[in-house]
Amino acid sequence: MAVVGRAALVLALLTTLFGIGASLYGARRGRREWVEVGRRSVYALVAILTVGIAILEVAFISNDFAYNTVANNSSLTTPLVYRAAAMWGSQEGSLLLWVWLLSIWSSLAVFLTRNRLKEVVPYAVAVLLGFGTFFTSLLVFFATPFGQTSPAPQNGVGLDPLLRNPAMIIHPPMLYSGYTFFAIPFAFAVGALITRRVDAEWIQVARRFALASWLFLGVGVLLGARWAYYEIGWGGYWGWDPVENAALMPWLISTAFLHSIMIQEKRGMLKIWNASLVLGASTLAIFGTFLVRSGVLQSIHAFGASTLGVPFVLLIATMVAGSIYLVVSRRDVLRSEHQLDSLFSREAAFMLNNIVLVGLCFVIFWGTVFPLISQAFTGTTASVGPPWFDRYTVPLALVLVLLSGIGPVIPWRRATLANARRNFALPVAASVAMLIAAYTVVPISSSVPTVILFCAVAFVFASVGQEFWRGWRVRRAMSGDSPPLALISMVRRNQRRYGGYIVHLGIATLFLGVAASATFQHTHYVNLDRGQSDTVGGFTFTNEGPTAAIVDDPSGTGALLTLGAVVRVSRDGRRVTTLRPTAEYFADASGAEGPVGSLIGGDAVSELALDSTWRRDISAAINAVPLQASLQGEINYANKLVTPKLLAQQPTLPYILLAIVARNYLRHPPPAPLKLASSPLVMWLWLGALIVLFGGLIAIWPPPGAVRRRVRARYLARVAQDLGRA
Amino acid sequence: MTEVLGVLVIAALLAFVVWFVGSPLRHPTTTVERESDAQRALEAAKDAKYAEIRDTELDYRTGKLSEEDFRAIDRQLRAEAVEILRALDELR
Repeated sequence: MAVVGRAALVLALLTTLFGIGASLYGARRGRREWVEVGRRSVYALVAILTVGIAILEVAFISNDFAYNTVANNSSLTTPLVYRAAAMWGSQEGSLLLWVWLLSIWSSLAVFLTRNRLKEVVPYAVAVLLGFGTFFTSLLVFFATPFGQTSPAPQNGVGLDPLLRNPAMIIHPPMLYSGYTFFAIPFAFAVGALITRRVDAEWIQVARRFALASWLFLGVGVLLGARWAYYEIGWGGYWGWDPVENAALMPWLISTAFLHSIMIQEKRGMLKIWNASLVLGASTLAIFGTFLVRSGVLQSIHAFGASTLGVPFVLLIATMVAGSIYLVVSRRDVLRSEHQLDSLFSREAAFMLNNIVLVGLCFVIFWGTVFPLISQAFTGTTASVGPPWFDRYTVPLALVLVLLSGIGPVIPWRRATLANARRNFALPVAASVAMLIAAYTVVPISSSVPTVILFCAVAFVFASVGQEFWRGWRVRRAMSGDSPPLALISMVRRNQRRYGGYIVHLGIATLFLGVAASATFQHTHYVNLDRGQSDTVGGFTFTNEGPTAAIVDDPSGTGALLTLGAVVRVSRDGRRVTTLRPTAEYFADASGAEGPVGSLIGGDAVSELALDSTWRRDISAAINAVPLQASLQGEINYANKLVTPKLLAQQPTLPYILLAIVARNYLRHPPPAPLKLASSPLVMWLWLGALIVLFGGLIAIWPPPGAVRRRVRARYLARVAQDLGRA
Repeated sequence: MTEVLGVLVIAALLAFVVWFVGSPLRHPTTTVERESDAQRALEAAKDAKYAEIRDTELDYRTGKLSEEDFRAIDRQLRAEAVEILRALDELR
């Protein structure tokens, strides 16, 4: 079926080209039927690419190693669930997923706007299909997922063990959904600028799609952080890796856009800025894709060296040049209708928020591309590490958290001193209370930025809580609803406002978790013999003995050998929990390590053992490399025992010998090389993320139609009444 | 056998795409647009203006705006809403 897959990709490429031509012809000549042909090309693209996706998925699930992609990213021992997700472990498979998701979200956008923005949509369709052309061209000419080898190998290399984690099943599709969704506001912005229709209807559409891409990308980034917490960082969730940064940058710019578009919506201001932000966010999303796929920067998340760099650079250059041309040439329709009334207004707070967000993005961009810049100017690749990023991002993040508390309590246009006093009293009091608590109750005086952040978080909690309380009281007074009903109807009638407030609450909660866990984390690297203990952050970790499993990997990753330790954790003599950190060893398909050694000669990963509560995370990880080295003598001896003749008579002999090596490990274990950690409030980070997601969903959810109509009718009557009076 | 099946699948996919994408050219739509782009833009502007009026009222009721400021802003917003309604009426 590989030929069908290749044919589907060629057909997809031709469909996108035809669709672009049809859309542009229809738009230029006013021929609705050709515009409709362009629209249908987007729908057809989904069907064609689904065929390609299905063929590749079947090949992965059925272990068809004739496909190079399958042979290089899966194996007979890869569990079914990871075989199904192995497609996005490869460059070509993930590119196919990318363009498939692009086609799905583009179809959704085109369908939702079928009766709107009639002038803009044909150009937006052409741009979306342009992205489709680019990515299907990569699949046809540079990285085909349907390449085959004959004869097919008996077994594959296997999926990278780091990717054998439940979060990796959903993380790439979510992240790619975020990236591909950014193409939609970009396409509609280009269409609106070409047709000079940067009006209220465009704002409605752009805001909704930008919010959707913001949500998807945010979830994708957090799933990635969750994966890193378990798999890569041994308890670290953010490492300022170039690929992590690449996903964060468009998210930050998108956050800025979601705030500043409100200023355009209400005041007709910042039109050039907003157009630049929406175009810039999408360009950064493509830049992120370029970083992952070109191999220009070293990253644990990247696909390594490839030939895709030049096409991506050309695409980015086209997007940047086209965006600049459009904004400059349409500056007459992007002129502001009003000016800022007061520096003490929500508009001003949003502008400051935009400056901080763009500043954050610039810092991250500079730190991310610094290795490329240093390479270009000095010939040597120098990179900046987490301390450099922390130095600049921490102060900006502090301001951002504070602004997320200030924004909700000041009105649009202008605030008076008397009102400000009334609205800021509780949040300021909460901050002062937190400051006093910080210096008296909790010993956090050692970290001034953390204390300031805790105060800012208290400020946000109080200001958002106050907003909910006051809004709820007003709603109750106006409607006479019961307390729960009043709360629900208040949110339903003002979804964007209260959804946004919930997002602010979530962001503050998230930063609380980040600040506390980063500042007060205790970590020890120790070698513990059976029965030995170590105390970390007030918790006593005791190595109670080794664990070993052959083939029967407890976490279901398909590892052939799993070694570990049982670690009892106690505090003040009382048992808190028991952790079972493990190191998983995977086979080496080349067989270079000998018949027994090759069973575990491939990649090795450590699985974090974690006990998480709302107050703290306690974790233990075991270092796979020294543990494997301690077995090397026995493995070498076992290799010598397996002669070709014996292997022919007893093919399972290497496994039996590996089981003996594992049994010896249980009898005479070496000291366990452990990383022991205690981190407070990590769960608040994930909780904050869930709150952000919840708030985002409220904000994006379509408002109840009946309520909208009733409200509209009532206000129409009021406007008419005013007219009558006039 | 697999090759024949492959050719059949490709042919079916191609036929579907040609039929589906080309359908509007065989049956050109004759529906009359109920609203022009300008009307829809004004409707969106009206929705946004009403939302702004509601937001301002909520800001006032929750104590973020003084009565004096609220009256002035509300009056201005309603005047803008009236302008949008007038423009809409002219288009209809």
